[in-house]
Amino acid sequence: MSTHAVLIVATVALVTWLTRALPFAVFGRRRLPRIVVYLGRVLPPAIMAALVVYCLKGLDLTKFPFGLAEIASVALVALVHLWKKNALLSIFLGTACYMILIRTAFPVL
Amino acid sequence: MRKELRFALKTTIPVACGYIFLGTAFGILISNAGYGPVWALLSSVFVYAGSMQFVMVALLSSAAPLAAVAVTTFLVNARHIFYGLGFVERFRGMGAKLPYMVLSLTDETYSVLCSVSYPAGLSEDRCAFFISLFDQFYWILGSVLGAAAGQLIPFDMAGVDFAMTALFVVIFVDQWRQYPSHIPAVTGAGCAIASLLIFGPANFLPVALAAAVGILIALRGKLEEGA
Repeated sequence: MSTHAVLIVATVALVTWLTRALPFAVFGRRRLPRIVVYLGRVLPPAIMAALVVYCLKGLDLTKFPFGLAEIASVALVALVHLWKKNALLSIFLGTACYMILIRTAFPVL
Repeated sequence: MRKELRFALKTTIPVACGYIFLGTAFGILISNAGYGPVWALLSSVFVYAGSMQFVMVALLSSAAPLAAVAVTTFLVNARHIFYGLGFVERFRGMGAKLPYMVLSLTDETYSVLCSVSYPAGLSEDRCAFFISLFDQFYWILGSVLGAAAGQLIPFDMAGVDFAMTALFVVIFVDQWRQYPSHIPAVTGAGCAIASLLIFGPANFLPVALAAAVGILIALRGKLEEGA
């Protein structure tokens, strides 16, 4: 079990390095094709939106608590961030809100 | 050298708070899964990818097969390929520092390096290197603290991992504000939701990202005109 765990961590590390090194390995010594420059510019917001959905993928909207703790906390993070533009404050308040909600209004049964 | 160190320290204060907090959340999570401080340390030194390390705890708990681990890691971290594209030219002259700059380009380091303006008279390469180095140090510090002292925290920390979701929401909001067009963000959200509904929660992300790439390439004429 422990050997397999070491192999899991090593695999995650190697593949992470691969994703980070790939653009430098491929384009390190030549001019970037324009389509690649374009994708490098437009993909980050698309990816980040998909990652937010990824974090919320486990929600069951058909039965109590309907994902309300997550939805309310995400909304709080977004609103506080639009208002104060302070990443730490938004993350801290949203997480605190979530931790309180899952213990009070929407307990995980 | 001292000026560059001081500048990097000052520039990375927000990341320090975020990484120590998130790193602690990761440390608690991995130690609750039965893997102690040494595991937290090794993960944060060698993997050093915030969201993926959280996913890795789930992979460890379920003793996932290595092929599944490799595919999941690639899909979760595929966005780094596009982060690197923006820095291929910037890192070119950094010599011995280059490998570290490449391998430590997380979401947060990427956004700091994108937005930083270097004061005159300082070596930009050194500043960038120290920024990357400090960021990873905070992450390691947080994760080891969380794993080592997580058991000592007298109250129930359930839900602290929501900090990861909150981090993505924050970056999403920042990008929403900075980008001239909201089409990329809406495309990403739409593809992710559609793919989740069609394929279910286990493996929807790769299809969603591939679809988003396809749609954005198709919309290239329209988007480049607007930017």
